[in-house]
Amino acid sequence: MKKLSARRRHPLAAVVVLLLALAATGGLYAAFAPASKAQADETSQSLTIKEGRKLYEVGCASCHGTGGQGSSDGPSLVGVGSAAVDFQVGTGRMPAATSQGAQAPRKKPVYTQTQIDQLAAYVASLGAGPVVPTKQQYGPAGADVAKGGELFRTNCAQCHNFTGKGGALTEGKYAPTLEGVEPKHIYEAMQTGPQNMPSFPDTTMSSQNKKDIIAYLHAVDSSETTNPGGLELGGLGPVSEGLFAWIFGLGALIAVAVWVAARTAKAKKS
Amino acid sequence: MSTAANEPARSRGKAPAGERIADWADGRLGIYSLAKANMRKIFPDHWSFMLGEVCMYSFIIIILTGVYLTLFFHPSMNEVVYHGSYVPLQGQMMSEAFNSTLHISFDVRGGLLVRQIHHWAALIFLAGMFVHMMRVFFTGAFRKPREINWLFGFLLFVLGMFTGFTGYSLPDDLLSGTGVRFTEGAILSMPIVGTYISYFLFGGQFPGHDFVARFYSIHILLLPGIMLGLMVAHLILVFYHKHTQFAGPGKSNTNVVGMPLLPVYMAKAGGFFFLVFGVIAAIAAVAQINPIWAMGPYRPDQVSTGAQPDWYMGFAEGLIRFMPGWEINFWGHTLVLGVFIPLVLFGVVLGAMAVYPFIESWVTGDKSEHHILDRPRNAPTRTGLGVAWVTMYMITLVGGGNDLWATHFHLSINAVTWFVRIFFFVGPVIAFIATKRICLGLQRRDRDKVLHGRETGIIKRLPHGEFIEVHEPLSQEQLHTLTTHTQYAPAEIGPLVDENGVERKVKASEKLRVKLSSAYYGEDNQIPKPTSDEYKEITSGHGHH
Ligand code: HEC
Ligand code: HEC
Ligand code: HEM
Repeated sequence: MKKLSARRRHPLAAVVVLLLALAATGGLYAAFAPASKAQADETSQSLTIKEGRKLYEVGCASCHGTGGQGSSDGPSLVGVGSAAVDFQVGTGRMPAATSQGAQAPRKKPVYTQTQIDQLAAYVASLGAGPVVPTKQQYGPAGADVAKGGELFRTNCAQCHNFTGKGGALTEGKYAPTLEGVEPKHIYEAMQTGPQNMPSFPDTTMSSQNKKDIIAYLHAVDSSETTNPGGLELGGLGPVSEGLFAWIFGLGALIAVAVWVAARTAKAKKS
Repeated sequence: MSTAANEPARSRGKAPAGERIADWADGRLGIYSLAKANMRKIFPDHWSFMLGEVCMYSFIIIILTGVYLTLFFHPSMNEVVYHGSYVPLQGQMMSEAFNSTLHISFDVRGGLLVRQIHHWAALIFLAGMFVHMMRVFFTGAFRKPREINWLFGFLLFVLGMFTGFTGYSLPDDLLSGTGVRFTEGAILSMPIVGTYISYFLFGGQFPGHDFVARFYSIHILLLPGIMLGLMVAHLILVFYHKHTQFAGPGKSNTNVVGMPLLPVYMAKAGGFFFLVFGVIAAIAAVAQINPIWAMGPYRPDQVSTGAQPDWYMGFAEGLIRFMPGWEINFWGHTLVLGVFIPLVLFGVVLGAMAVYPFIESWVTGDKSEHHILDRPRNAPTRTGLGVAWVTMYMITLVGGGNDLWATHFHLSINAVTWFVRIFFFVGPVIAFIATKRICLGLQRRDRDKVLHGRETGIIKRLPHGEFIEVHEPLSQEQLHTLTTHTQYAPAEIGPLVDENGVERKVKASEKLRVKLSSAYYGEDNQIPKPTSDEYKEITSGHGHH
């Protein structure tokens, strides 16, 4: 006690107090500043949402309802999340041409990426859902290709074929080829499970696993894939191989047979 | 030649080395007389007679490449971790069989090429047999005395299918593993014996640890051994019966017109071997087949869409795919008709081909030998039946690829399956009727040609203004070719009363035979070929334009 009160008047006491005060204000600033930045973000965010809402009203509301609550022509979008919108609109599936048909096919996207972000923000504002992944989540860094292959064969090949060439489902529905699909969209497809595809949320398939799958697809089903055996013949397996064997294999051999048979030492013919 | 050896022939000097070796061998093996008897064996020239050779050469290619593959393949299902050069599988657990196939594909010199030659040759071998079988069928070459050879050939086809199946199952990849599982299902569907056979085949529960090793012995030893034996027997019979030929001037049921085996035919055949090898090797060099690395190792908990067998098993796949999944439950047992019926149909569809020659010879009652081939049109019912069978086979193949039809033609897989279900029954009927009509139409045209000559395309204007086309009479050779075939009269039920006046009981089989016979040869089922009287009447004088 005595010691402390004795030092109270220490010449450096003022400096200490000053430092403490500075630290406190710094801390306070640190505590408050992000809040004000968030506020700034929120205004730009609400602007984005507003833009998105406008786009939505024009392009989507006819099927999905004015507040995204859904209609007879399209499901509710409340809670589908920005990832679903980014996938559906980014792959050109939405806006759908019609609500009929087995499933909305992939098309050339109608909106720019900025507009898609706006739409996504608007739909995300209707209810929380899966969020558009970051590059770090779907990028190739740290991915295990072989593990991805195993996961793909276990979870995806039954619909999409060994290397993602696609396959048929019932009633004209189909799992499309995955060649040329952007990594981000592959990630989002797994997150949101579009149309007839089941979803693979992080609880059942971790972010790392999704990354592995994307890396595997890049290795076996992209423009950089090499086929050590030659022409891939569509990568569809024995059916295309069989057709090839009949048409080009046996076809060529029959042509050769005709040629050889025609080249004979004719006994006599005048 | 071999006896004059101790008579010194000094004065003429030593015989050339080749002759001396030949002499030496002949003295011990008697090749000369054998060769002398057979060297001048005649082979007729027709491209379709070379289809058998296509089969033979691709079979030889399969054996040669197969031997190379056995040097590196490990038929074992022990689990290993992959550390080879194919990155997307690095560190994966797999059977040694799969591992060694990857090794062959990526790390053995020429391994991938040889694997691909082996597999392409197998597809082409089976396709060749199919077409060869069809040529024998449609030309009636299976008739007496060649029925046994037909059966040998048929067995080769069926054994070829199973050799192929056991072969592509060896790498233990996800695709073929799915096929083996399919087979297990088919075996299990057999009432009573199914489970026992499956346990026996797989040494317990599927997949077990045995089937690759077992399939291996079957694939490289048992089946090829039998096939090699059958093939030799087949060729010996072809030699012994002599080859058939198409009708033509100078060709009769008792001669063979063509080139002698040596040297002409041998030279052609030898050259043809290299052409076949060349075509197959070229295909194997440019086109990938069975990329097992892309499919991954087999695991019973994984499956891929688009899992089809090689084409020659595709019709089994089709039968299963379009069969509704019926089943019957009784006394705690399940009879899986959805699988069992296709299994039975598999045997029935193939078996129909095997027994056809015997059915036809029973219907015709013809016991004579046939060395002159039929033109398909002159046997409309047989041709119709053949086309019906091929149609059924092809429709089933479509069914086996129903998913790819659906995705590639933007159809519903359900619609494709229903199409196949209906056309499996309707298609052959339509094909039969259409083919028969086409054949009869062609017969009519032949008849017209014989009687009125060939249309020349030259239009002549007669003095009174009428236009007619000039017909040119056929040469004697052409006339012969078009009219030499025999036409059967339909069988009739014999007298209903025997010589003692007692009523005879007509057997049901006889009635059936008469019915069938009239379906083959009755009125409207063949066009009577022109008789020489008809020909003379038309050609002598007015009838001729
Ligand atoms: C012609 C009607 C139509 C239009 C226009 C349309 N959609 Fe859709 N949308 C549908 C239908 C129908 C589905 C359901 C598809 C299915 O699941 O088979 C759907 C599904 C979706 C989904 C996926 C929902 C989920 O559960 O994952 C999203 C996201 C979506 N639409 C967004 C949009 C956006 C954004 C627009 C405007 C750019 C749009 N849609 C325009 C009909 C439409
Ligand atoms: C039940 C079958 C099924 C399974 C399992 C499945 N998918 Fe899909 N997938 C589909 C269908 C159907 C679509 C088409 C959806 C659509 O058009 O909106 C699809 C679409 C996709 C797309 C979008 C492709 C494009 O053209 O834009 C990607 C990417 C995808 N799936 C990846 C995966 C991955 C990765 C897995 C495994 C984790 C997987 N899928 C599992 C059925 C399936
Ligand atoms: C390993 C497979 C086979 C090989 C190597 C083979 C080989 C041959 C050869 C070289 C010939 C003589 C040339 C010809 O007519 O084409 C021949 C004829 C014949 N083949 Fe085959 N064949 C095979 C499979 C079959 C099959 C699947 C069938 C029918 C079920 C069949 C039935 C016959 C018959 C009946 C002949 C006699 C034809 C005649 O003399 O006109 N063969 N075969």
